[in-house]
Amino acid sequence: MVVESPMASDGLLCADSLSKSFGTVPVLFSVSFSLRPGEVHALIGENGAGKSTLMKIMSGFHSPTSGRIVYDGKPVTLPPNGGAEALGIVLIHQELNLSEQMTVTENIFLGREIAKRGILDKQAMKTRVIQLLTDVGLDIPPDTRISELSIAQKQMVEIAKAMSRNARVLIMDEPTAVLTEAETRILFKQVNRLRDQGVAIMFVSHKLHEVKEISDRVTVLRDGQWIGTTATEDLNLDDMARMMVGRELSDLYPPVNEPNVDADIVLKVDGLQTKNLRNVSFELRSGEILGFSGLVGSGRTEVFEAICGLAPMQAGTITTFGNEGRFTSVAQARDAGIVYLTKDRKGKGLLLEEGMQTNLTLLALPQFANRMMLNKKQEAEALTRAVRRFDIRARDPNVLAQDMSGGNQQKLLLAKVMEANPKIVIIDEPTRGIDVGTKQQIYHFIAALAAEGVSIVVISSEMPEVIGISHRVIIMRDGRIAGTVSGRDINETQIVRYAAGLNEENIHA
Amino acid sequence: MPDMAQTETVARKPKLDLKMYGPAIALVLLCIIGFSLNTAFLSEGNITNLLTRSAFIGIIAVGATFVITAGGIDLSVGSMAAAIAGIMIILMNALVDILGTGVLTVVVGAGCAVLLGALAGLANGLLTTKGKIEAFIVTLGTMGIFRSLVTYFADGGTLSLNFDIRGTYRPVYYDSLIGVPIPVWVFIIVAISGWFLMNRTTFGRYCTAIGSNEHVAQYSAINVNKIKTWTYVIQGLCVALATVIYVPRLGSASSSTGVLWELEAIAAVIIGGTVLKGGYGRIGGTILGALILTTIGNILNFTDLISNYLNGTMQGLIIIIAVWLQRADWGKSKD
Repeated sequence: MVVESPMASDGLLCADSLSKSFGTVPVLFSVSFSLRPGEVHALIGENGAGKSTLMKIMSGFHSPTSGRIVYDGKPVTLPPNGGAEALGIVLIHQELNLSEQMTVTENIFLGREIAKRGILDKQAMKTRVIQLLTDVGLDIPPDTRISELSIAQKQMVEIAKAMSRNARVLIMDEPTAVLTEAETRILFKQVNRLRDQGVAIMFVSHKLHEVKEISDRVTVLRDGQWIGTTATEDLNLDDMARMMVGRELSDLYPPVNEPNVDADIVLKVDGLQTKNLRNVSFELRSGEILGFSGLVGSGRTEVFEAICGLAPMQAGTITTFGNEGRFTSVAQARDAGIVYLTKDRKGKGLLLEEGMQTNLTLLALPQFANRMMLNKKQEAEALTRAVRRFDIRARDPNVLAQDMSGGNQQKLLLAKVMEANPKIVIIDEPTRGIDVGTKQQIYHFIAALAAEGVSIVVISSEMPEVIGISHRVIIMRDGRIAGTVSGRDINETQIVRYAAGLNEENIHA
Repeated sequence: MPDMAQTETVARKPKLDLKMYGPAIALVLLCIIGFSLNTAFLSEGNITNLLTRSAFIGIIAVGATFVITAGGIDLSVGSMAAAIAGIMIILMNALVDILGTGVLTVVVGAGCAVLLGALAGLANGLLTTKGKIEAFIVTLGTMGIFRSLVTYFADGGTLSLNFDIRGTYRPVYYDSLIGVPIPVWVFIIVAISGWFLMNRTTFGRYCTAIGSNEHVAQYSAINVNKIKTWTYVIQGLCVALATVIYVPRLGSASSSTGVLWELEAIAAVIIGGTVLKGGYGRIGGTILGALILTTIGNILNFTDLISNYLNGTMQGLIIIIAVWLQRADWGKSKD
């Protein structure tokens, strides 16, 4: 395994010792990266390693705090907000950037319409688009609306759009995350074609076997640091996983008490099936902390949204505390003692324009009312209690949720679901986007709740977190449970292998 | 750390105060202007007249406050009032032969109106929630339907109430109780009930939560569809009540009954400080908004300075100025 010097100056687009901080939080530490014409260069690393930040700096969406970008041998300052496209550097966002209600042609020429004296030359644009679509192997009429296309087709339109801008550098953020196997094949055919034409392609993916298949070189980031750049042929999948991982766990995590294997089963899910899930079965015991790991989009959140009545179930049985029965609303789940704490704090968790008290009591509001009449005194007392118990730091009790820090918002959200006195708490991404001090507090709350006999499910993309606090970890892949690890087997290598599909054992099959 | 504490304690006081007291200040200013133009403005007769005229729009606007707070809109209220008035008159005229021209006929007519209002609101609510059609489109549709129904029933003309029933029914609009006209009593009761429902019950809290963010509401165990449907039913009931006290005023209904009431009701709600996109509703503000709109028309009657025909212009200006004052970020300049 030969690790190259990061600053090979043969690249078309090079990052030279880039550092980036958001506010006071550093996310990239002097990272260098070179992208050669006619290569596919994969960028891998765990969530939070700094991949998207690096990608966005190299396409001009972020400006570096220090370091420089070299393009075509000359140091440049890339124009912001996609202006780098004019220079031939195109970033294809994971969530894609197309106007749903406009046609393929209109999207491809958006902002660069061919016009004669202000009048659109539709025929010229259409002819050009037909050529582009043929090039990417997409057989659709140029007048099709984007909203009628599949995700894979939309991706092809993005690529056609990039080509219409004569892209010399194509940066793709997890392009295969939402694609099926067959669609991935088509995408890779196009990527190979573009590589042969001399386009420099930067490819971010969590799927290591795809990285092995498509890329020429691999760069690994970890915790914002450059770990290595290596020719793909010199690496196997285990090498990649090892380079991505390799971090010592500190006492960020509370001591995990021994799981009681004889404790009552409080939740039993059998053969759960939804649009995206297949045969998901597992059990949760009283006082257990059960981790749910897997890639983004592997179906972790869907499992619990289905259980809590937020998404329809197609098949399967749910048994809670010995009673079998599905929940059709969040209220039913709440009354049965199950609450779900969303990962989307701002979109689904808190009313941003309301204060702490309104947010705190919203889930358990019937407890604060007598025949619909609110007891505001009782609400105020609950807030005082919650502020103390969860250490919510806001000097003004009337502060709006939107003005609170991420950490305090998360504590408020935790306090909100705890107002319902649940016996089972499902926490989706418990520490997303919050500082390390608050993280530690939240881990200790979780451990303390479990010690009191509350059962907890932690869904997390942060590997160290799942390992640090779980008694047992279930790994999901493509809407199925790929494996379960417990005790000493809970380590990053094992989990990554299951999540990436290297271990195909399915214990529930 | 001290920095963070700082940002979390930023006071919103100046902005809040203007939002809270703006409509009240505006109404007081209007009264001062009215009085300075003509001292008769503050005479007992004129005040009574002003309050009675505010009652229709005010009662409807209380219902609209719930719909708008929960993130909806109801454009059908004016037409709904006309349709209910029409059907009510037809029914009472038909009942003369059976029940006579006494109180009973009026009570049955009023009961029928309330039922029709609730049903019309239920239709709007179910089409919006279960039918998953935008409230704007649903109520634009029902607006057309209700309006054409009254035109059809009146055969393009006017539906008139039986003369004898009018005599029985008349006091509902024209009589007073302890010096206060009956429509004003109804207005006061609706306003207090509305304020209580909005500010002191789980229902009001749920309306605010849904209008603020429907996803958060759903994830917080709120039955979003049920609550939203109820807001339209409440709106329908308010329209029915307003109609019941409106019919004895003229004793007739035609295709021009209740025209543009929906816009006046929405205007009253917005002037009162409720946010059009939902999530923040003020019943007290709505009452003031209704009074402000009626007062403008009333002042123009008292003066030759501005033509009475420019009533709409003045109302429009007030709406725009009110919203502009609410939007301006008065608190921000301080930090």
